[in-house]
Amino acid sequence: MAVQNNVDPNMVKEKLARLEPQLAALQEELKNTSDKKKRDKLISKIEYTQGKIKQAKTGERLSRQAKRDLVAYSFIAPNFIGFCVFTLVPIIFAFVLAFAEWDGNNPMKFVALNNFIEAFKNDRFIASLKNTIIYCIATVPLTLICSLGLAIILNQKVKGRNFYRTVSFFPYVASLVAVAAVWNMLFSPQKSGPVNMILYNLGVAAKSLPKWSADKDWVMFTVVLFSVWKNMGYYMVIYLAGLQGINAELYEACSLDGANTWQKFLYITWPQLQPTTFFVTIMLTINCFKVYDIVYMLAGGSNGVLNKSAIVLVYHIYEEAFRNWNLGYASAVAMVLFLMVLAVTLIQFRGEKKYAN
Amino acid sequence: MKVQSKAYKFWRVVLYVVLIGLSVLMLIPFAWMLSASLKLDKDVFIFPIQWIPENPRWQNYIDIWTKIPLSKFVLNTTKLTIIVTLLQLLTSSFAAYAFAKLNFKYKNLLFMAYISTIAMPWQVYMVPQFIMMRGMGMNDTHMAIICLQAFSAFGVFMMRQFYQGIPDELCEAARIDGMSEYKIYSKIMLPLSKPALSTLTIFTFVATWNDFLGPMIYLKTEAKKTLQIGLRMFISQYSSEYGLIMAASVLSLIPVLIVFLSLQKYFVEGIAATGVKG
Repeated sequence: MAVQNNVDPNMVKEKLARLEPQLAALQEELKNTSDKKKRDKLISKIEYTQGKIKQAKTGERLSRQAKRDLVAYSFIAPNFIGFCVFTLVPIIFAFVLAFAEWDGNNPMKFVALNNFIEAFKNDRFIASLKNTIIYCIATVPLTLICSLGLAIILNQKVKGRNFYRTVSFFPYVASLVAVAAVWNMLFSPQKSGPVNMILYNLGVAAKSLPKWSADKDWVMFTVVLFSVWKNMGYYMVIYLAGLQGINAELYEACSLDGANTWQKFLYITWPQLQPTTFFVTIMLTINCFKVYDIVYMLAGGSNGVLNKSAIVLVYHIYEEAFRNWNLGYASAVAMVLFLMVLAVTLIQFRGEKKYAN
Repeated sequence: MKVQSKAYKFWRVVLYVVLIGLSVLMLIPFAWMLSASLKLDKDVFIFPIQWIPENPRWQNYIDIWTKIPLSKFVLNTTKLTIIVTLLQLLTSSFAAYAFAKLNFKYKNLLFMAYISTIAMPWQVYMVPQFIMMRGMGMNDTHMAIICLQAFSAFGVFMMRQFYQGIPDELCEAARIDGMSEYKIYSKIMLPLSKPALSTLTIFTFVATWNDFLGPMIYLKTEAKKTLQIGLRMFISQYSSEYGLIMAASVLSLIPVLIVFLSLQKYFVEGIAATGVKG
């Protein structure tokens, strides 16, 4: 317990003489403040000062609070050190790098906004920005509608509900490389591809059969289709949770008023789900900005090079950084991506405030 | 009444038809994968599709192991996934306990550091991260992938959410009984947090097993590659060996499906919890 060290009594007196009036002043202040936030602050200050006084009296080297802090830090340290070194520092580094020219070996050169100016002059950057946004505009509403529809159906009392839920989740957990390989075969650009074969048998002329990912006008469509199929199960789960949060009495009241299914959806389900829809939209948008692997695997062919009809932002970062070693330029493009995500996140914060009330 | 029940029956039928249609849509690619994995390359694209091959070619599943170092890939991926998942579980639950149940200096500041990076996409800082790892001599090592994946802000955030739901009185009582914080963590909190740990396990497991961009940037030597990039490499090298590609794909899905099916409940709950609360 408290180890009585040899302490100079004069020092203790001196310390106490300084600390005790401080404590008294704080306590006096506390009596006169009514604002809750300020009070909490004062109380923690008082506790801190009391701790110091105790420390001075017992002469321990570490106060109780300091010991507690150390224990707490020992809990945090393993994760925090890793997090600092491998996440926090690279993030700061990324901000610096965006304004520099560097190939990773020679000395770094500061170039101010040149990287950004260069980016907006670069065809591939413009194409990647355009494709990312097109992909986003097409994928977000489609995924939203599909996952909401799926959630509503799977929220009904149907036999084997859990089985269906599991099945609709399969594509999401399945590894991308494997399912993309299947899609590439199913949507093979040749006439012999299974999907094209079905279209052909349905009466589509052999000449007008879509070439899917091999055609510059169809490639984004194929990617969007795949992405909706793969990810809708994930957002369905979020919608299911939202649906289960709706008060059943609302539906009962609505039935008594003679509303039909469509009206119930329009006047209860949809408005009640608004916070969920908002959240799903935000998440989807951010995930769409980050798209890379889907496009790479569906449209990259065997050498993994994306042409202008399918290039997306993250791929552009990748090729500039790891193929051309334009590290500064790549970081500038990454900053554009960051600003896009940041804009959406800020909208999210505002929305969260609105829906919290 | 009779009319209504007829209409009701009609809608039930429509509902089931839609449901079955949807499940078929979801499952068809997997069924096709399985069926193609048992065929000769020349039979894969025969139309109408022969779902159950007459002479299933099990040889595909044997050949694939010799055609590419598949066992090496599986071993690498398994090793990485297990290490990352364990590290993630251990370090984030450890840190989360402090953030949820202990009071200390700079607590809010440290937590803010985590929160502020949650919205930061990894793709934004992957380039400087690579340069740093290369500087530490970790290019082309498994260590890089482990460091990349094991310390996520998400894990700490999620575990903290869960610990905050456990009443403080429980810890207080234990403290009065003279238990140290480490004991409280290991004897009380850890056993109580099984559901959250399961959720984190499945999230980390699936993410690490399926990760593509990370290993693609870091792992260059063939013997070090993971299943995903190994598979991708095989697909681009032998793009017309359909049967073999599909057999390898089926094999790569099995572990994730096993983990998913056995921990499915936690996965769904985890998405719902982190999703709705934001």
